[in-house]
Amino acid sequence: MIDPVIASRLQFAVTTIVHIIFPVMSMGLAPFLIYFTWKEIRTGEQVYEQLRTFWTKIFAISFVVGTVTGIVLEFEFGTNFAAFSTTAGELFGGPLAIEGMMAFMLEATFLGIFVFGRDRVGDVLYMISAVAVGLGTWLSAVWILIANSWMQTPRGYELATENGQPIVTLVDPIAAYANPRFPWMFVHMQNAAVLSVALFLTGTAAYFVWTNRDTEFWRKTMKIGLAVLLVTAPFQAIHGDAYGRHVADTQPQKFAAMEAQYETDSTVALKLLAVPTSLEDITDPHADDLFVVEIPFVASLLASGGDPGATITGLNDMDAERPPVAIVFWAFRAMVGLGTWFIVLAFWGGYRWLQGTLFEDDRLAIAFVGSSVLGIFTVELGWIVTEVGRQPWVIQDVMKTHAGVSPGLSGPEALTTLAGFVGVYTALLVLYWYVVVRLIREDAPTAPPSSNREPTVPEEVVPSDD
Amino acid sequence: MTNGSLATVPLALAEGPLLGLPLDRLWFGLVFAVFGTFLFLDGFDFGVGALFATRRTDAEREQLLAAIGPFWDGNEVWLVVFGGMLFAVFPEAYAVLFSRHYLLMFAILGALIVRGLAPEMYEQRHDETWQRWWGRAFVAGSVASPFFLGVFAGNWLFGVESAASAASLLVGLAVVALTVADGAAYLGLKTRGDVRLETRPLGHLAQIAYLLLAVAALLVGSRSSPYVAIGSAPTLGLLGLTVLLAVVHVIAGRAGRHYLAFVAVAGQVYALVALVATLLFPLIDPASGLRIEAAVVSTLALNLTTIGATVLLPLVVTYFVVLYSAFSGPVDEGDNYA
Repeated sequence: MIDPVIASRLQFAVTTIVHIIFPVMSMGLAPFLIYFTWKEIRTGEQVYEQLRTFWTKIFAISFVVGTVTGIVLEFEFGTNFAAFSTTAGELFGGPLAIEGMMAFMLEATFLGIFVFGRDRVGDVLYMISAVAVGLGTWLSAVWILIANSWMQTPRGYELATENGQPIVTLVDPIAAYANPRFPWMFVHMQNAAVLSVALFLTGTAAYFVWTNRDTEFWRKTMKIGLAVLLVTAPFQAIHGDAYGRHVADTQPQKFAAMEAQYETDSTVALKLLAVPTSLEDITDPHADDLFVVEIPFVASLLASGGDPGATITGLNDMDAERPPVAIVFWAFRAMVGLGTWFIVLAFWGGYRWLQGTLFEDDRLAIAFVGSSVLGIFTVELGWIVTEVGRQPWVIQDVMKTHAGVSPGLSGPEALTTLAGFVGVYTALLVLYWYVVVRLIREDAPTAPPSSNREPTVPEEVVPSDD
Repeated sequence: MTNGSLATVPLALAEGPLLGLPLDRLWFGLVFAVFGTFLFLDGFDFGVGALFATRRTDAEREQLLAAIGPFWDGNEVWLVVFGGMLFAVFPEAYAVLFSRHYLLMFAILGALIVRGLAPEMYEQRHDETWQRWWGRAFVAGSVASPFFLGVFAGNWLFGVESAASAASLLVGLAVVALTVADGAAYLGLKTRGDVRLETRPLGHLAQIAYLLLAVAALLVGSRSSPYVAIGSAPTLGLLGLTVLLAVVHVIAGRAGRHYLAFVAVAGQVYALVALVATLLFPLIDPASGLRIEAAVVSTLALNLTTIGATVLLPLVVTYFVVLYSAFSGPVDEGDNYA
């Protein structure tokens, strides 16, 4: 008999891990679509119309799958985590309700105009729709991350007990919702989304460049993607480093798990590269046992914000219940490693661009193709660090995750829905991948690159039978 | 125990409800009004999906998809807003209702996933097998979604603890019939030609089925549930209003007054939701005896959510006006989804 607590946690993990892919695509594509629409309206160049039309198709399918998987998440708080919902509803439900009204509505209604209305509405309303859709996707993230950051660093509440049930009451909305964690999470998440989509655009375009089927459309895609990558990839590292310091201050246990730091120590070195020397190091890493390439004092320096001799408290000196260190430690290392690779890739591409040989370097093209979905994979790793790293707490220092699960839930019920979600969400992923690849292969413009900037290509005049 | 900074509590908002209004009861009404808006708007999407099964030619099927294409995403968000509002204002009711009807909630979610994916997938490939299967998925999801939602509403109303009762199954069927009537009335407005002519009698049939099923559900439900008093004046008034609107729907439909027919169906959706709210009142969850004023959040949280909704809901209505005006008028044969 499976424990309903374990099944509920696994189910939430499966549904969030799959769901997050689609908002990342929407949030990341939104600024590109606004730019394409703006350029299309301003310049009338055919390539921007092609870019807007094509990437809107990818956006639309991502939005639909994001919607259906997102409704599931909202409802799961009630179905599987009823005790959490009762305890924290007063603080946690508000941002969700505002998200629906302020953000999701804006996005969903104007998406109707943006996807279906190019010939129906004027340029001004069309441009407004593009911005409204983009604003909607980003505002959604604002409210979801306000709710999440409150769980990470809860403030502005009072805790009382009613009929044996802990109840959180809102006493200071500014402290609760203008939470110190929120700006860190928001900037890190939004930049990650744009970075991930820039990698996807560049990687897709590089495939056509590499296979000698590049067109003006794909060249433009690759250059725009690379330009955005050159800004977002380094920024993510700079910002992520400062975010790590904030985590060390506010969630020391998560920070210690990220570093596999068991013993309290001063003058701690930063582990640039950690290599397991035995199987046990993989499943149960301890910083002291790994083969590491490290910079002395830097972890202490970073965690304290300037003191190389600062003490970092180890896991052994904290709460006996601790997050699964192996998952947090390796997910964090993989995230940082991939982030570093994206910076290398961006600079390599930028260098070739400067040389004027961006489309001639096959190895660069292959590297971009191979990295096209790694951005989204890295976002997953980041969320694993964030969410697994705060365990055993669902609300840091207030409520343990196992205490938040619905009290009446039976093992067989939870197992049934878990199995259902594993099946349905696997099918969803396969289907989404199939549709996106098919769109890229069959719906992307295939006209040869034209040196002529005027929209004069005669075959476009042929009426389509759509 | 307190935590964090208490520097700037907006004391006035914590002291009493805004303008001294009975906010808990107003929110009880608002939550149901939002659910009614979802059932009305996405209801015609469901109905169009069910009627999709009766269309045989590609052109007519495309016409049906084009009729709801720009709208259904926005319509469905009302369900998300309903869930969010219930969570924000009555978290305990949200928690007990959703966890008690555990498998049913996932049936609703599964049906909505299939229904949401199907139109988008249908357009991805223009080969026969692909479109046949996604067409079937569209019909199945469009019938199953209102059915399971109706069963959920029935369980809620009649205080059913287990998976379902006869009365809540009847509510499920009644809601399916109502959405088909809604969908046919919508197609009366949004299409011309054969589609409009042939779906109208199906809508009228669904209208009659709805009245019979709704009355049967109430009779069976009131016998099993001590909470449901169908003899009261508001209940009888809403039932009478429903019958009147049903007559208006059929007569206006036959006279070609499509807008009036559509409004008559919309009115019945709101009447149904008002009936459920009236029968529940003053409880929000009969199964646990939970009362509205016991389930509501603290004054400060309630005031803040009220301010948010007062600012945002009129904006949302504006978006819908913009969207529906941009795509006003009927879609023709030859129009398609994408």
